[in-house]
This record gives sequence, C-alpha cells and structure tokens, in this order.
Amino acid sequence: MLSIKNLHVSVGDKPILKGINLEIKAGEIHAIMGPNGSGKSTLSHVLSGKSGYTVTEGSVTYQGKDLIEMAPDIRAREGVFLAFQYPVEIPGVSNVYLLKAALNAIRKHHGESEVDAMDFLTLVKEKVRLLEMDEKFLYRAVNEGFSGGEKKRNEILQMAILEPKLCILDETDSGLDIDALKIVSEGVNSLRSPERSFVMVTHYQRLLDYIKPDYVHVLAHGQIVKSGGPELALELEEKGYSWLEEQVAA
Amino acid sequence: MSAVIASHYTADYPSIAPSLPGQNLPWLQQLRSDALQAFSAKGFPSPREEEWRYTNVSGIEKKLFSVSANQAESDVADWLKAYQLPDAWSVVLVNGRFSAELSTLGGLPDGVSVISLADALATQADLVQSHLGQAVSLSEHSFVAFNTAWFSDGLFVHVPSKLVLAKPIQLLHIVTQADVLATTRNIIIVDESSQANVIETFVGADNAYLTAAVTEVFVGQNVDLTLYKMQSESEKAYHFGGIYIKQDRDARFTHHNFAFGGLLARSDIHADLDNASECVLNGLYLGVKRQHIDNHTRINHLKPYGISRVTYKGVLDDKARGVFQGRVIVAEDAQKTDSQMNNRNLLLSVDAEVDTKPQLEIYADDVKCGHGVTVGQLDDKSVFYLQSRCIDEETARNMLTFAFANEMVDKISIKSLHDNVLEQVLARFPQQGVDKEWL
Repeated sequence: MLSIKNLHVSVGDKPILKGINLEIKAGEIHAIMGPNGSGKSTLSHVLSGKSGYTVTEGSVTYQGKDLIEMAPDIRAREGVFLAFQYPVEIPGVSNVYLLKAALNAIRKHHGESEVDAMDFLTLVKEKVRLLEMDEKFLYRAVNEGFSGGEKKRNEILQMAILEPKLCILDETDSGLDIDALKIVSEGVNSLRSPERSFVMVTHYQRLLDYIKPDYVHVLAHGQIVKSGGPELALELEEKGYSWLEEQVAA
Repeated sequence: MSAVIASHYTADYPSIAPSLPGQNLPWLQQLRSDALQAFSAKGFPSPREEEWRYTNVSGIEKKLFSVSANQAESDVADWLKAYQLPDAWSVVLVNGRFSAELSTLGGLPDGVSVISLADALATQADLVQSHLGQAVSLSEHSFVAFNTAWFSDGLFVHVPSKLVLAKPIQLLHIVTQADVLATTRNIIIVDESSQANVIETFVGADNAYLTAAVTEVFVGQNVDLTLYKMQSESEKAYHFGGIYIKQDRDARFTHHNFAFGGLLARSDIHADLDNASECVLNGLYLGVKRQHIDNHTRINHLKPYGISRVTYKGVLDDKARGVFQGRVIVAEDAQKTDSQMNNRNLLLSVDAEVDTKPQLEIYADDVKCGHGVTVGQLDDKSVFYLQSRCIDEETARNMLTFAFANEMVDKISIKSLHDNVLEQVLARFPQQGVDKEWL
C-alpha cells in the first residue's frame, strides 16, 4: 500500500523529518506517536500533499506510484484521505455540495459517470446515521460554526462516503470528549477492511483504546526511534516519551 | 466649472418640467424649484467632496440623458419574464414611468397602498407631502437635489399599523431606451407593528442611460421591514440609488444590497436610529471589466440601545474598482449602542482595486462598537482543504470565490428572489466547479 523510504523533509532550511522508513500493507493500522515537535504532523501533511514542505531525500510509493509527484487532489482521487487535525470552515459551500463534488471527482478520475442523485442521498443519509449526526448538518456550510467534535465527525463522514484506501488521521482525538471519541472511533472501526489501511497520528494513547493498531511507531526528532505492537503504546502512556528522546539524543 | 456643466441639465429642465407629476401642487412646485436651485449651484458631486472622493461622476456631464416623454412602446416581455417575481405585488416602471398594465397589484389587503408616486400625489397628496424630503434633505448631496427636481414617478407604499403583508412588494425598474434619464422617487411608509418585505430591482437594456433613484423609508415603532435592492443595470449605464431610512423606536430594518451592474454605480444607504432600534445592512458587490461600484453606508445612532450590523463583501475581477465607505455615528445620547461593521474584499486580478474606508465616530462613552476590513486573495488553507477532498485547484478557487459571494445570497429569505440573484452571481463568475443543479 504505502512504502516510505529514507524520507527527509525540510520546511525552508530547517530539516524536520530525517530519514523515515515505513512499510504499510493493505488492511493494517499503524499508529504514529510522539511528543510535540517530533514531526508527526509534518509526516501527515507531506503524505497528503500540503505545500510548504520540501522532500530533500528519499521516496514515498503509494500503490506502486510516486506519491510525492502527485498533486493533492490527484492523491485524494487515488484514495489517500487526510482527516484534518483542524478541519477548515468553508462558509458558502454546503456539506452535501462538497461531498457530491468530491465523489464525482473520484468517479470521473476512474472513468465512471456522475453519481445518481437518489443513490447519492441514500448513501449519504446512511453514513450520517452511522455517525449519529443530524441530517441538517448536510445542508449547513462545511464546518462553519461546528463544535470541535462535530468537525471531527464530519471528517469521518467524508471518509465513510469517499471510501479511501489510505486514511491518515491527524490528531483525530484532539478536542474530543469521551462520547464524541467513541462515535468517531466506531465510525473508523466500521471502515476497517482488508483493502484499507490507516495511519493514525496521535500524541496520546487514549485513541488507541478505541481503535486497536497493528503497529505503533514512536517519532522523535524526525526519526522513528522505536516500533512495536499495541503494547508499546501502553508503555509510552506509563513512561512518557522522554526516555526515548534521550536515546536519540545520546 | 461644474456650474457650467450643471447648467447643461438645468438648461434642459424647462422642456421636461411640464411632463413631471404634481403640477397642481404648489408645495411640490416650490420643492422642485428649491431642488433645481440647489442642484444648479453645485452640479453633480465632485471627487473633491469627501464622500465622493473615490467616485468621479463627471461622465454624466459629458452626455445629456433626458427624461423619456412617454413610457414604453418598447417590448418588455422578456424583462418581465426574467425579473418580475411571481409571488410579489409588483409595480413596474419603464424608462422611469409607471405602467399600470404591467404591474400586478391584485388582492392587496384593505388600507394598504401600493401605487405609483404620481397616483399618490393625485389621491393622497397630504401623506406624500408629510414624507417627501423628510428622510433626506436637499443638502445631502446634489443627486438628491437632482432627483427631487427631476423625478418623473416612483413607488409609493403605505402599510397601516398591525399588518403582516403576506407577499413582498417589488419595484421593477426597467430602462429600455438609450440616453434615458430615469429619475425615480420612492416612498415607503410602514406604520407601527407591521411587517413587510420590499424589493427594488433595477435592470436595463445594453445602452448608456442614467438611473437616479431616491428611496425614503419610514419604519414605524416596532415594525419589521426588510428591503432588498438588486441592481443589475447595463454595463454602460450610470446608476445612483440612495436609500434613506428613518427608524422609530424598537423598529427593525434589514437591507440587502446586491450591486452587480452599471458602468458606474453608487448606492447610499443611510439610516437614522431611534431608541433600541435595530439596523442590519448587508451588501454584495461584484465588479468585472471596467465597472466602478461604490457603496456608501451611514448609520446614525441617535438614541440609546440601538443595534447595527453592517456586512459588505466585494469580489472584483479584471480592471473593476470597488468602493466601500461605511460610517457609524454614535451620538452623545446613544449609550449602550452595539455596532459592528465588516467589509471583506476578494481581488481576483492584479488590476482590480478596492478602496475601503470604515469610519466610527463615537460621542457616547458606554458603547460596544467595532469594525474590520480585509482585502485579499483566497485563503490557501481552504484551497488545500478542498484539494484534499479531490477538487482540483482551479475548481477549488472557483468554488471558494462563489462561496464567498453566495454567503450573502443565502441571506435572502424570499425563494424566487434568492434564485434570481443566484443566477446573476453565477452569470458573472467562472462556473467550472459550481454546479447549479446541486445548489
């Protein structure tokens, strides 16, 4: 699915990622953990194609294709989905409008015809129920005036409808109360499948109680300093990050 | 020099005067004569005047637009089809003259007057006399004086107290002939505790002409009045439209100003607020090619507890120029005033320009007032967000531009008008990525 090899990334002259290696197979869930400033968000931004980052070395291959070469919208159409840490408010564009535009862009990319209006509404309403959202949300402007929890739910709603192959969840748990966290996690869990992979970027172990990862990687100072199974997250919860950061510094 | 040019119009006045309504009313003859004098002394406003510094109307003086002698042999069926709202009482003015047969005024509730100003001068002259020139004086600026001397007709609305009008009232102002001067004077009176919606629609054929309209609005105590203006004049036309509002205590007035047309278009929206009255002024101006679109708002908080909200947005492309001047004046007496003014502009080309000037003049000490202005391009974060949702960059930009404007269109609560304005917006900007069927 995704193969990251010796990835070095800078912002301006400042190196942020310093040689990341990561292999993600179809159906796997990888958690990327690490302290603030370790480069977690940079990694998710680089994967989704946000501007302002320079790849100075290494490669990212997604389904056999060079991901770095693709424009952000092409990546999205090819099945890469970023659930934003801070979803952007877009006044004047309704949720349902954006969903339809996105879905049709994917279909067009794959040489398919536009989605039938009735089928589309049926699909959207089904997913809205899954995420325990009010249908009125569909007709409101994208994220405008939404609470933190509503914004995150909206991200998962988009994910459920667009059915991406690689889902990158950037600090999805931040700003969520326990009820919202449960709903969001159930939404994510319902999307797990042998064909779909997840990269979960998170500071806290809390999210991993609800979404069980297959692998946990710890990022510190722009490098993966330790990888392991779900038990690594528990160890981090107990000991914090400093012992690993010290290892890198040493 | 301007006096010489003004006389150009002044010299034409005697030939026009006999055709203007109210010949038999000495008070009106006197008012017109005073107005003519005021106009002749100064001519059209000059950029030397502070409130006209960004807008030069001297082009009007290079031509001689003249009042149309008779209304319309012209076929206006297409205009009616496109702009006459099916669910409104409408008063149609063609080339500045009222057309009874094109207007749809059946089924008005008892006591409600929706008639032409000329008819009002014939049937209820006292009510006209007690309001004409009361919301704005001849000294405001010379377009007001000009309109007062020259007005050929207009809309007269009187809603008595404690009535809720089931349908909106539309003034449909169509100019079909070239070089026409359409001077329209409108009076809207809504008495205590009533509710009404009034729409002014200005359209015209692809000619040079001049619309000079003045609307005086009297919002009674505890009234809820919403006024819409949809200005979609020809791109060769000059448009001046002044709206002057007097609000009694506890009155709520909302204005939505859609300024899309004209070679040079200027709107004044000036409101005087009494105790605890509320005034909301929304505006959207879209300029393309070499259009010059100027909007001027003024809110006078005269008494305590008033609330005002001014939100104007502009999108300017090509070599278009936008102007926003917004003034909020809080009198010494107007304690506890709550006022917010916001002007946001999107420039789509390097040659587009906007001059924005919000002004707060506060003489009271216990008030909450603020203003904000932005001039810029689309937000990169929003573009990226849409790209990450499969939308290509160009489409994302079109979508965001449209959305920026659509936010103001969405505030229209009359469905037929909403759809009509939406079409105007869609017609003016790149549509790729904006699928009308989905809106």
